[in-house]
Amino acid sequence: MEAFGLLLHGFAVLLTWKTLVLMMVGLVLGIFVGVLPGLGGPNGVAILLPLTFTMDPTSAIVMLSCIYWGALFGGAITSILFNIPGEAWSVATTFDGYPMAQQGRAAEALTAAFTSSFIGSLVAVLLITFLAPMISSFALKFGPPEFFAVYLLTFCSFVGLGREAKHKTVISMSLGLLLAGIGMDTVSGNLRMTFGSPELLRGINFLVAVIGLFGISEILLTMEERLALRGHAAGISLRVVLGVWKDLPKYWVTLLRSSFIGCWLGITPGGAIAASFMGYNLAKRFAKESESFGKGRIEGVFAPETAAHASGTSALLPMLALGIPGSGTAAILLGGLMVWGLNPGPLLFVEHKDFVWGLIASMYLGNVVGLVLVLTTVPIFASILRVPFAAVAPMIVVSCAIGAYAIQNAMFDIWLMLGFGIVGYVFKKIGIPLAPFTLALVLGNRAEDAFRLSMIGSGGNLGVFWSNGLVGSITTLAFLLLFWPVIDGLLARVGVTHRTRTTSH
Amino acid sequence: MSQTDIEIVVEDPTAPEDDSPSVVSSGTIEIVVCLLLLALAITLGYDNWRTGASWDATGPEPGYFPFYLSVILGGGSLYGLIAALVSYRAARETFVTRAQGRRVMAVFVPTLLFCLVTQVLGLYVASFLLISGFMRLVGRIALWKSLLTAFVFTAIMFVTFDIAFDVIMPKGPLEAALGR
Repeated sequence: MEAFGLLLHGFAVLLTWKTLVLMMVGLVLGIFVGVLPGLGGPNGVAILLPLTFTMDPTSAIVMLSCIYWGALFGGAITSILFNIPGEAWSVATTFDGYPMAQQGRAAEALTAAFTSSFIGSLVAVLLITFLAPMISSFALKFGPPEFFAVYLLTFCSFVGLGREAKHKTVISMSLGLLLAGIGMDTVSGNLRMTFGSPELLRGINFLVAVIGLFGISEILLTMEERLALRGHAAGISLRVVLGVWKDLPKYWVTLLRSSFIGCWLGITPGGAIAASFMGYNLAKRFAKESESFGKGRIEGVFAPETAAHASGTSALLPMLALGIPGSGTAAILLGGLMVWGLNPGPLLFVEHKDFVWGLIASMYLGNVVGLVLVLTTVPIFASILRVPFAAVAPMIVVSCAIGAYAIQNAMFDIWLMLGFGIVGYVFKKIGIPLAPFTLALVLGNRAEDAFRLSMIGSGGNLGVFWSNGLVGSITTLAFLLLFWPVIDGLLARVGVTHRTRTTSH
Repeated sequence: MSQTDIEIVVEDPTAPEDDSPSVVSSGTIEIVVCLLLLALAITLGYDNWRTGASWDATGPEPGYFPFYLSVILGGGSLYGLIAALVSYRAARETFVTRAQGRRVMAVFVPTLLFCLVTQVLGLYVASFLLISGFMRLVGRIALWKSLLTAFVFTAIMFVTFDIAFDVIMPKGPLEAALGR
């Protein structure tokens, strides 16, 4: 119950007017970002990060994480009212949410979406509250080999479990790791891959790359599409809200199943997108009349929204406990931690109790406040979409440039951002995933340091990664995941031959 | 299903036509990207080899880790190159149509100009020019609306960053004349 006392302490840290105001600002900005086409959770957080540079870390992370919660809520609004998913993870919400809006049940669908988002993140926050301190205290015993093994596990699971072509994930990841190495080598002090350029001396800043990759490229991609939209009006009355809430207990299996899927995929790098689809498909498979899915069934809104939020929230668990982000947005928050002078990893729970528990408490509070906020202000946010994209697009470009410049006060970074914008656009169009690149760029230096420190410790013997049970099993698991498609294929073949043999009898 | 309660309607008069001809196929772009990545891998790999990519008494040399990453990157892009070449004839997916390309350029070129102007005249002037110009020329929005929006947005940015949060942006002659 130590966690409970610390959580109360976290609430005490949080309950100041300044923090509460920042929380509201963050939520409003987040919903805004989630509703607008061409901006999403990761871009929103990356662009608004510079605003927090002069804040203390606790206020900064509270505001940023609220932007993230807001974006998660906001994505559902456009999915249901306009049939346009504001975020990739709300695609599954459109399947039943939009038909409901067409039948004049928009308010019901929105209430269902927001409520299930709330439930999903609540489950994930509970998980974080009780599991993260345990994992981090366990990880305090980790040395460099263990850490490198965990990094390896993260990278390998991306390659092995990702749905993209394997070589594209490998390209994306190795490029990220390479670019992370540009500049001064932290162990020896030598310069690497700078080619005599003084600008490259500083290295490639992670946040600059992210702003370009997600912000600028997203604008280019959005412009390619037809931006005309027709949407349903929505005002939510208290009667509808209470009506939906009264029926909630009927759907407890769906909610629980989706929360579980979301938490699992959030901690492992499956992500919110996969979670929302899986939540939807499983709800459909286990339902009695599965044909009615896609025609405006409320469970079809509950299932993906719960899973997406549970996943988006639980992605912060490995970031807090181990310093390894579970999603792109978590990676950006991790980059923020470093800017504010905090060293992510298990020591965070020991050295910065106020910060960690303030953040966890803000997840509870932010979700409650967010739920009330979206339920009451949906019509206002829906009307944001009336603002023509021709006005929104240049404003986003300017915000991106401000964000990129503010990080190191360098004009070069604005050009770098533009370059990464083009790279992001091309990569997205030919199916090279950006999440592994982001993760590799933010973890690159730490992974390399861990590797070299273990090598120095062992005198260059690679056997150090199998030197004890713990590190050995993590490393082995990493390789198993890397070759999972091959192993899975072999197992399937054995299974198939086995099955054909039994059926032929 | 009633369609009567549709309230929010936004039109997109300059939307790209669906039947616009393809400019370039995804396969071609994939081949170009893989070639570029391969060149990058070779350049970086060579640089790391020069820095020292083997072991010395204290452990791996600075170039060791990135050198092997360049090898992995090179291998990945070589595989991608071969895969793209093999399936080149079979799958001719469109990378971008002419109409789409025109729209993308309509954002990209102003953004490029914005970066150039930022370098010379400072970020705030550039941002005013970008927003008003883009709204007027690309969005065909009334001139006064464009100018007003651009001015208000730029002013809010200036107050937020320069005055309230003390985050300094690149500035030019205009700000100098105003004494900031």
